Amino acid sequence: MDTYSLLREIADSWVLLAMFAFFIGAGVWAFWPGQRTARDDAAGIPFRNDVVTDASESADDSAAMNKERNYG
Amino acid sequence: MNVIKLILLAVVVIVAAMGANFARDLAYQVHALLIMVVAFGLFIWTLRKSGERGTLPDAETGYFDSVVRAGAIATAFWGVAGFLVGTFIAFQLAFPVLNFEWAEGYANFGRLRPLHTSAVIFAFGGNALLMSSFYIVQRTSGVRLWGGNLAWFVFWGYQLFIVLAATGYLLGATQSKEYAEPEWYVDIWLTIVWVAFLLVFLGTIFTRKEKHIYVANWFLLSFIITVAMLHLVNNLSIPVSFWGSKSVQVFAGVQDAMTQWWYGHNAVGFFLTAGFLGMMYYFVPKQAGRPVYSYRLSIVHFWALIFLYIWAGPHHLHYTALPDWASTLGMVFSIILWMPSWGGMINGLMTLQGAWDKLRTDPIMRMFVISLAFYGMSTFEGPMMSIRAVNSLSHYTDWTIGHVHSGALGWNGMITFAAIYFLVPKLWGRKEMFSVSAINWHFWLATIGIVLYASSMWVTGIMEGLMWREVDDQGFLVNSFADTVRAKMPMYIVRGLGGVLYLTGALIMCWNMWRTIRGAQPYVQPVSQITPAE
Repeated sequence: MDTYSLLREIADSWVLLAMFAFFIGAGVWAFWPGQRTARDDAAGIPFRNDVVTDASESADDSAAMNKERNYG
Repeated sequence: MNVIKLILLAVVVIVAAMGANFARDLAYQVHALLIMVVAFGLFIWTLRKSGERGTLPDAETGYFDSVVRAGAIATAFWGVAGFLVGTFIAFQLAFPVLNFEWAEGYANFGRLRPLHTSAVIFAFGGNALLMSSFYIVQRTSGVRLWGGNLAWFVFWGYQLFIVLAATGYLLGATQSKEYAEPEWYVDIWLTIVWVAFLLVFLGTIFTRKEKHIYVANWFLLSFIITVAMLHLVNNLSIPVSFWGSKSVQVFAGVQDAMTQWWYGHNAVGFFLTAGFLGMMYYFVPKQAGRPVYSYRLSIVHFWALIFLYIWAGPHHLHYTALPDWASTLGMVFSIILWMPSWGGMINGLMTLQGAWDKLRTDPIMRMFVISLAFYGMSTFEGPMMSIRAVNSLSHYTDWTIGHVHSGALGWNGMITFAAIYFLVPKLWGRKEMFSVSAINWHFWLATIGIVLYASSMWVTGIMEGLMWREVDDQGFLVNSFADTVRAKMPMYIVRGLGGVLYLTGALIMCWNMWRTIRGAQPYVQPVSQITPAE
């Protein structure tokens, strides 16, 4: 089998399946209920770190600060 | 370290001097001289700096912002340069006499056109992306840029790339690939700069303090990686001589065409869309003062865009030697692409939910919103034009040019202006821009300019498409090509005027930036005394 046909067959079968599976997986992961707090936390990232935070201060602390600030 | 740098620079000076001597064409010779002068200047600078200790402390924020400041200025500068050339060539098309006899071979439309496209896409858009990605990745990671002065290398290296590309076009060094015109040595230089850019960006993400990588960084990272991949594959070529600018493409025929438009469309998809969406996902929430409408939608938006865009390229090659299945594939994916594009637009617009009043009071917010509106418009127009039947009318006409400009001027331009207005006061420690009413003027001039541009190109594009295909009852074509050119004249003037308005808006922005950076106090209208009626 020449290279073109071989690659074409792989692309049309397993690679297609793998890419679809990955894509569906990413979509499911985005909406997974257990991830809700992580999503809300991530959405607040632009509102932290306007100045470099001290090394000792962890991301959790600033997340708590952020909640108090309520996104201005 | 400095010793290695000095040796390297000395080698570059010598090789460049040899290049200037052995050069087989003018463009190569000019570039060799340019590189020689730059490398010699750097050599002297490095030598004088050797032995000094310590680095300057940066801004109060602790972030590496000096390079972002330089990026903001470079964006404005190249923006004006690119718009100016664009307006000039628009008038060259309307009035061919502007292709001056004395400048023939250097400043005629054919030489200036790639200068315009590269200046606005890679110089204006590229610097906007450099500036934004350096700013955003620090703020969303909570750490300084990784790699110290490597970011400065990226910035100046990129400017050198722009100068080499631009002078090359004027002097005739081009490999004739749209949006990838620079010749082999300029391509190699850009590859080096781009790898450094990737290292700075990745290094910052790897050292981040935030647990999660914010969605803007996903978009920006995909832009950097994909552009690297596109650039490498589309520029596979073998130079005819080390001492000349001419090179021969490795691909030929339809393979070359397919590679070119796989590159070309993904330059739109990843440079002008994914990269700018990265800006959108940071600046729009920041300016609105509220988090993005749906973070989950943004994840789906990202993966859908990445998975779909890469297939859309063949829609540029309908009715060519490209097999039908390939162009159908491109068309189908282009149409599917409409959905994630609008998902992203809705996500950006809905971020304003509960803050819509800002549209009335905040001209920067208005700019972000109109850029998203133009994004929505051109991502609807694009899939429609990719349909084979529509394409048979629209392709090779001015409709395509109108489509590109409603995307580039509307989406990319407006979001960049808004980002500059957002960043400049913060970067130079000012409370706000010097003049808010000047932002308003810029907004309206740019918007009216785009409307004039897009509408005149729709009219002329559809008109010329219909004229080209018109046949009489004997089956003969009715119009000659020159007939369409004559019919287009009024629309070409309207298009040029649109460009003048857009350019004027950008000049007002530069004046406003200048006043803000110089620290002029904003003029506040005194509240007039209200006397109660007696």
